[in-house]
Amino acid sequence: MTISLADLTTQETPTWCPGCGDHTILASLKNALAELVIDPKDVVIVSGIGCGSKIPHYVKTYGFEGLHGRGLPVAMGIKLANPTLTVIAISGDGDTYGIGGNHFMHTMRRNLDIVHIVQDNQVYGLTKGQYSPTSKKGFKSPSSPHGALETPVNPLALALTMGASYVARGYALNVSQLKELFVDALNHKGYAFVDVLQPCVNYNRANTPQWYQENTQVLQGNDPANWDEAMKLARRTDKLPLGLFFKEDRPTYDGEVSVYEKGVPATRDISNIDLSMMLKHYV
Amino acid sequence: MIPRANAVATIPTTSPAHGSITGGKRINNLSWKIAGAAGDGILNAGRMFAKLCMRDGLYVFASAEYPSLIRGGHNHLDIRVSDKPLASHTKWVDLLVALNQEAVDKHASKIIPGGGIIYDGDTLKVSVESLKRSDIALFPLPLLKTASACGGPIMRNVVAMGATIGLLGVALSSFIAILTETFEKKGDAVVQKNIKAAQAGYDLVKGKPFPVSLKKQPGPQRLFMSGNEAMTAGAIKAGLTFFAAYPMTPASSILHTVAANEKDYNIVVKHTEDEITAINAAIGASYAGARSMTATSGGGFALMVEGLGLAAQTETPLVVANVMRPGPGSGMATHSGQGDLQYVLHASTDEFPRVVVAPGDAAENYTLGFEAFNLADQYQLPVILLSDKYLAESYCSVDPLPHQLSVHRGKMVTTAQQNYKRYALTKDAVSPRARPGIPGCMFVASSYEHDEEGNECEEPAVRVAMHQKRFRKIEQLAKTLPQPKLIGPADAPITFVSWGSPKGPILEAMKLLKSDGVATNFLQLMYLSPFPTETVSRILKKAKQLVLVESNMTSQLGSLIREQCLITIKEKILRYDGRPFDPEDIVAAIKEMIV
Repeated sequence: MTISLADLTTQETPTWCPGCGDHTILASLKNALAELVIDPKDVVIVSGIGCGSKIPHYVKTYGFEGLHGRGLPVAMGIKLANPTLTVIAISGDGDTYGIGGNHFMHTMRRNLDIVHIVQDNQVYGLTKGQYSPTSKKGFKSPSSPHGALETPVNPLALALTMGASYVARGYALNVSQLKELFVDALNHKGYAFVDVLQPCVNYNRANTPQWYQENTQVLQGNDPANWDEAMKLARRTDKLPLGLFFKEDRPTYDGEVSVYEKGVPATRDISNIDLSMMLKHYV
Repeated sequence: MIPRANAVATIPTTSPAHGSITGGKRINNLSWKIAGAAGDGILNAGRMFAKLCMRDGLYVFASAEYPSLIRGGHNHLDIRVSDKPLASHTKWVDLLVALNQEAVDKHASKIIPGGGIIYDGDTLKVSVESLKRSDIALFPLPLLKTASACGGPIMRNVVAMGATIGLLGVALSSFIAILTETFEKKGDAVVQKNIKAAQAGYDLVKGKPFPVSLKKQPGPQRLFMSGNEAMTAGAIKAGLTFFAAYPMTPASSILHTVAANEKDYNIVVKHTEDEITAINAAIGASYAGARSMTATSGGGFALMVEGLGLAAQTETPLVVANVMRPGPGSGMATHSGQGDLQYVLHASTDEFPRVVVAPGDAAENYTLGFEAFNLADQYQLPVILLSDKYLAESYCSVDPLPHQLSVHRGKMVTTAQQNYKRYALTKDAVSPRARPGIPGCMFVASSYEHDEEGNECEEPAVRVAMHQKRFRKIEQLAKTLPQPKLIGPADAPITFVSWGSPKGPILEAMKLLKSDGVATNFLQLMYLSPFPTETVSRILKKAKQLVLVESNMTSQLGSLIREQCLITIKEKILRYDGRPFDPEDIVAAIKEMIV
């Protein structure tokens, strides 16, 4: 079996601005899926709401475009109901680190075997330019005309603290590295988190391609098994490192759910359930 | 409008439900109450007693009242036992076990003349003078001292149970059997201590007369189940494969019951970080092909509302149980009410069709708990099971559950399709439903408005077609639902109209009224959305005197009937103090109405 990029392409035209990082994230994801030859019928891309969350419409796999902030719970339901599926959750920085923060935290600690890509452009795009949980302090926007007062969320440090078993950062315009990170994340058994820095050409005038050029740097020579080193790298505020920070093999939540021994819950025969085992407790 | 919430029955000198027991002897008809503090082991002791009565072929009904705390406060458990079917608790007590002074003070006035009270004579001061009653028998027993001598003061409840069954003439051996089963897991030493305590309690009342006794009778093997357990059994029978919930009283025992059965029935059970996760995960699982459910109470349901709309917009089958308690806010966690009817009927942004169904007893919890999954799958929409604490947490002897129930999954696509359209506009408005893993059917389930293929679309014509499609499904469904029927004589001068858990107290009140020469009938509404407008209108128009019975202040079913049928029910019996209706209070309200 081979999967071409054409096999993964739908009739829908992306609604993103020219120069938006979402275009390259989409291309890198399709390239990764084609390289790994995962049958598209067994892939589900789950998103929330935001510019980037329209991505399920542009990849010819199964897709679920849920509510703002709630992509991860849907992804969990799908994965737990049918663990044979490849489940990829994609969400923006506001969606993930703001409204969906609780789900983000708990998905990491349960080490669900899914890939989670966060389109992190440090601004709200679809609602027209408000500051986001990752906007830097002082960021001026329609909802913070005098500058944002909060310290931004540090997604990588948070992920490391909450027990994510795969923690990486990519940059939307470094497409070759991004595809490699996606391939690696898809191969990882457990919760694989890839925070993808990206420009928003319309609303983020602070974090421009030039800013990223000057303030990021591809990771080299680090040891992804070393959590302390990963944490140190995650806390860097100058020359933001790009690449794999941390990776460990540990049991996944779905791997420890014992009921799969009797088959996939979503597809098993339920036509004639015998209640006698249950009801014997009530006589 | 005459709200009759305040009509309260006075203690009868002879109760038609029980008959007088002064100087007499009554067999197989008992109202028993045990009361004390949380942590006294009241619920466990009482349930053991009820179960042993059920095994002896008798009908039982057990309901508990307790505050939202773990130690202290005031708890009581009411158990009725009879050789005839029972639908609810009763207000009056034949035999009270009082484990503290508060139990005496609160409940002694409810003891029927000729009845009795078991209490600890060493620690409680109870007398004819203090009770201002000379018509009840006092059984001052050294409960604490006896329990301590048998191995620990904690077994006070077991000593009291031993005394109870002694007074009622029940064989100690049946109690020992239940004690053994209950404490087996804790080891033989614990079992033996408890048996010793039961025996000691039994011996304390040896030779003491009591006018009520219980005798074995033949009968089918019934089940001692709570409403929540019966609903869970229905869901499991329906092939529940995914259950996600966040604990919230009084819905939590659904989560516990599913979890206890997860391995035997291959069900993924997830206690999630919040109710938002629970409903979204349940929707994800259903999208993947599982039969999926979540359960909560009003506050948790509030967090689920956006998810409810997601299920509706993506046409993903979903079963949600809302087990009501009084609100608003945290309200009264461990009490009962029916204040969420209009809320669950309308909860959402914009408008979409849903099924709302309210079972009235444990058996209906089972059958509707099963049927909810068929309706969700066949019509691809959310189905809300609306229950309440009184129904959810009351235990009763349930007749053998029907097991010949058919699973209908609707238009599930199981093989590759040509030109597949997930939201195809079909004649019956239900579209073929594929799940991930089926080749050639890849589609996006989107929370945005979409076209037939599932692509986001904001074109007016498409929006109208899709909005109408969602509503057309429920028009089809309305034609297939069972229609409500009158219970009782068709020509009765009084017709009760109600829904949900008041069913039990109403049925008991009807029996009491009948023996007083007042004929009544009862229209129980189960399916509240879609509303059976024609049938209800027809029945209500024929009725002579309508009386609405609901556990809320604004008569929400009354509003719904007025909206749907243009009929106003003026006479109302409403209760909203967090407690279930007492059958006797319904009787008193009717009598007040007809004088």
